[in-house]
Amino acid sequence: MDLATYFELLQLVQASVLAGAVLGVVGGLIGVFVMQRDMAFAVHGISELSFAGAAAALLLGVNVVAGSILGSLIAAAIIGLLGARARDRNSIIGVLMPFGLGLGILFLALYPGRSGNKFGLLTGQIVSVDFEQLGLLVGISVVVLAALLVIWRPLSFDSLDTEVAVAKGVPSRALALVFMVLLGLTVAVSVQVIGALLVLALLVTPAASALRVSASPVLVPVLAMIFGLVSAVGGILIALGGSLPISPYITSISFLIYVVCRLIEWRRQRSHARVKVAA
Amino acid sequence: MTPALQITQGALGFGGRTLWRELDLSVRPGEFLAVLGSNGSGKTSLLRAILGLQPLDAGTIQIDGMPARRGNRAVGYIPQQKLVQPGTPLRGRDLVTLGVNGHRFGVPITSRAERAQVAALLESVGATAYADRPIGTLSGGEQQRLRVAQAIAADPVLLLCDEPLASLDLNRQAEVAGLIDERRREHDTAVVFVTHDINPVLGMVDRILYLAEGHFTVGTPDEVLRSEVLTALYGTPVEVLRSGGRIFVAGAPDHAHHQGEAL
Repeated sequence: MDLATYFELLQLVQASVLAGAVLGVVGGLIGVFVMQRDMAFAVHGISELSFAGAAAALLLGVNVVAGSILGSLIAAAIIGLLGARARDRNSIIGVLMPFGLGLGILFLALYPGRSGNKFGLLTGQIVSVDFEQLGLLVGISVVVLAALLVIWRPLSFDSLDTEVAVAKGVPSRALALVFMVLLGLTVAVSVQVIGALLVLALLVTPAASALRVSASPVLVPVLAMIFGLVSAVGGILIALGGSLPISPYITSISFLIYVVCRLIEWRRQRSHARVKVAA
Repeated sequence: MTPALQITQGALGFGGRTLWRELDLSVRPGEFLAVLGSNGSGKTSLLRAILGLQPLDAGTIQIDGMPARRGNRAVGYIPQQKLVQPGTPLRGRDLVTLGVNGHRFGVPITSRAERAQVAALLESVGATAYADRPIGTLSGGEQQRLRVAQAIAADPVLLLCDEPLASLDLNRQAEVAGLIDERRREHDTAVVFVTHDINPVLGMVDRILYLAEGHFTVGTPDEVLRSEVLTALYGTPVEVLRSGGRIFVAGAPDHAHHQGEAL
């Protein structure tokens, strides 16, 4: 494919690139709290129910994004209400996850059409999402972004030390529920872009990478957003040039960034150790 | 002068059991009150009630003349030392900043004035040297100094401390206790200090509230920490031993233990 054809293609998918970019940013940002609140497993659990919701919507012939959001929110609410403690939470997620995935597979099996959507829901399909739904995805991401900024400080406080935050008047329980809703929305968007099975690549890996190289409350979210953006947009742009799906590119870039961040951390620790020995 | 803390005819139960009742307590500004008692005697519940997180069964609590309520800026709170996970994206400075504006919603921008305030707080607890290191890499004593700075950020009238010295070594205990003592002397902050070991703060304590078996007694350390007083309080022989300037209470039944026996 020559460059001219590539740019023609790019024109066609620019809305998808935009959606990927916005999700990369939001995923990186919310990932910082996913890590701090130890909720990577919850993200995975929510994504499977989101998949079930999307598959149900496909079967019923209604808006797939709406189905995905509904599934996400139900999962987020269940985990948020029943799983205040980490142990309870993990067992609830462990129970929900296969149930959601199984339901989703059932709905897909019942679905008579032959649609790219079928496996797209599990492994990503952004270029097959129509323009209207892309608008919905971007809109949701922007809402999540704004809400995260507003609750950023109290949520940081609560994530660090719930006891003291509550003593200072932070509404811990309400915040936890709001966070679960925001997480559910972000997961629903991610399912459309990268697929239910690969959501963690945009919601956990970028923040986990950033935390390897910094502890600054400003630098970590900024880096996580950049990592998410680079992974999502980079993956879409590279995939355009070939015939392979988008998701493996996104997951590989995001993983590569993580490896590089670990190497940087390792080198720093080694040089610190040398300084200490020298001193 | 308005008392920093005033409890009138307070009563609190837990699971059908009375922790304490008819509790009258007045703590004046700058006073250091230690709260002693066995596990399950209602020490932590008392703090929760003062923080406005748990309503009393009867009676009232007033802080600086106002009824106790959640999120009261007049109350500072220092929790038990629990180590922050490595990989937490916060530095020492940020922990203190949360004490200044962590409860506020809105775009998270810390103003220049707030940053200056945080710098002064860090200086006042001697934490400036490690203020920019990730909290997860700091020692327990260093983290606890930062928590003191966080708790006094809003210039509270009353400082509540829940076993703040637990799991620190003796030197760190003395340093952290010293910071709290310094604060109340210089700023007239009243201190309510829950502890299972009176010794690290023995030289600082003005009065002791001793909770046991649904009863309590209040007085100076010399009035309260006596074999006959604690024996009467517990209703079982308890001996107070003094050795090398330290005080030990022997034979006090632990409530958790007590329940275990009943089962």
